[in-house]
Amino acid sequence: MDTESTYSGYSYYSGRSRGSHRHGERSRDRDRHKSRNKDSRSEKSVTINTPPAEPLLGDSSVRGEQVQDDNWGETTTAVTGTSEHSLSQEDIVRITKDLEDSVGLDCRRYFTLTLAVILGLLVFLTPLAFLVLPYILWPEKLQTCGTACEGLFISVAFKLLILLLAVWALFFRSPRAGLPRVFVFRALLAVLVLLFVMSYWLFYGVRILDTQDENYQGIVQYAVSLVDALLFIHYLAIVLLELRQLQPCFSVSVMRSTDGEKRHYNLGQLSIQRAALAILEHYYCDFPVHNPALLSASKSRAAKHLAGLKVYNVDGPGNNAAAGMAHSQSRAMIAAAARRRDTSHNELYYEEAEHERRVRKRKARLVVAVEEAFTHIKRMQEEDQKKTPGDVMDPREAAQAIFPSMARALQKYLRTTKQQHCHSMESIQQHLAFCITNNMTPKAFLESYLSAGPTLQYSRNHWLARQWTLISEASVTSGLSDGSIFQLKCVDFSLVVTTKKIPYIQMSEEYIDPKSHKFVLRLQSETSV
Amino acid sequence: MSNFMPGQPLVAVVQRIEIKKLRQGENLILGFSIGGGIDQDPGQNPFSDDKADKGIYVTRITPGGPADAANLRMGDKIMQVNGYDMTMMTHDQARKRLTQKKEDVVRLLVTRKSLEEAVKTSMGGCYPRQ
Repeated sequence: MDTESTYSGYSYYSGRSRGSHRHGERSRDRDRHKSRNKDSRSEKSVTINTPPAEPLLGDSSVRGEQVQDDNWGETTTAVTGTSEHSLSQEDIVRITKDLEDSVGLDCRRYFTLTLAVILGLLVFLTPLAFLVLPYILWPEKLQTCGTACEGLFISVAFKLLILLLAVWALFFRSPRAGLPRVFVFRALLAVLVLLFVMSYWLFYGVRILDTQDENYQGIVQYAVSLVDALLFIHYLAIVLLELRQLQPCFSVSVMRSTDGEKRHYNLGQLSIQRAALAILEHYYCDFPVHNPALLSASKSRAAKHLAGLKVYNVDGPGNNAAAGMAHSQSRAMIAAAARRRDTSHNELYYEEAEHERRVRKRKARLVVAVEEAFTHIKRMQEEDQKKTPGDVMDPREAAQAIFPSMARALQKYLRTTKQQHCHSMESIQQHLAFCITNNMTPKAFLESYLSAGPTLQYSRNHWLARQWTLISEASVTSGLSDGSIFQLKCVDFSLVVTTKKIPYIQMSEEYIDPKSHKFVLRLQSETSV
Repeated sequence: MSNFMPGQPLVAVVQRIEIKKLRQGENLILGFSIGGGIDQDPGQNPFSDDKADKGIYVTRITPGGPADAANLRMGDKIMQVNGYDMTMMTHDQARKRLTQKKEDVVRLLVTRKSLEEAVKTSMGGCYPRQ
């Protein structure tokens, strides 16, 4: 019975399929799964969530198989799994990558966190130690602390409190990302603070502990000077870490490699890795979501170009001029392609016009269906509650009630614009409930389906790229400079970033006296004599 | 109408034109219109080569009038009227010079581009340019 069911579905698609066999099978299964998800116990088929990008060679290789469509029974293998949830090879690769990277990242993160905590404790406890140690070690020799000295205690206490709050505000925030290399400025600041505190301890140890100085006020003033210097180092940290990159210095243009979406941002003086982080955060908020289904048309055109010509090596496998042979082969191909009468531009034009028309028609149907669906629901007023207590629904039930009337039109529209994998039925119903709750019009409900929104607005499995790789010729801790180019690669595509420096502007002034605005008439008279 | 340098003597090829005024009722008319002057805008003069030239130019000739009969042409620059220099005159002063009621005849010295070229071709290229 299993083979029967696969057979009937397959023959319907075999005549129409132009892509690979696997793609046809998958879409059929997905449709079936969607339409009869209640009684699909007997459905033994593979459901795969996202269609991967079509491999270019895969298209040309199965082209030969299309001719032998009648013998599909012998040549294809029907994939039957025993469960409905199975993973493709890509998912497995992705999961293992996530695992190993998350372990490595956590180790580094905890390491830096412990270092930072140790340094912070050292810094915070040092002034207190300076103040307390004389009382512990030589209490009888110490001069009593006068009023000025006690006043200094208050100053130390408050400065330490301010320092604590400032350090907490600047440094102890949850990290936004894990960067490939060490953050240079922070490392430098940590080293500076360490050296500073070490030198103070050295001085204290030699001049005060060894000689057991009795002048307690001097010791307190020494501790106060330490805290002051620490506050100044914190000021330096703010300037280096936060203020320096605020003023825009560079204009970066970010272009996605698959569909050419381009945006421009202004960045200050940052290292390449920090600039990459800023760009990625902007990417998630600004760029429309990456839709691989929109690229299949250009790929099939490219495949047609490649498959049109075949170059044969008539002279046999001659190794001596192998490179020259390849050269002349490619040149022959290009020349032949130029001479051949290519009408693919014509096809493209008519195809695009037809597609445009189809999209507009489906959109019109969709808009009408949604508007009609929304008229079936009305928000219940307080006085109605007493009159008709029956059949009161919460937003979720209301959404489920009106969804079937627009589901078909919406699904057809999404399929025409190749967005069907971005929106699951559950998410559409959730969005509908949300719109109903907030008194939105049908047009507002439809907006999120008519145009592709930024990546952040979609569900988690569309943030497919949580793992980004920074590819750069310059060192990633070096600063941005004019003309630096680097790439941010993820599994499906890459973002190419180029920088340009904002030019130095030389402005001069010109003073205009308000009384200098004077005008004369332009005369051109003609007199006859 | 060669380029003039303010302050330098101007050298030009001129033609003497004598116009007899025609009596029309009370007025004595010459039959042409003038434009230009040091108080006017020289950039709007369609006849001058040098758009900074503020001289007096003939802008219109009444066909069949005394000026037409005397061979005055449109676009001529008037250099002298009856011995008086017209190159540095206001428009009104020029008008007054030409419409003196006591004079019946005005003797003009006018210059035009074609004069210079004619002299050049007749002398066969040995024309001393300044």
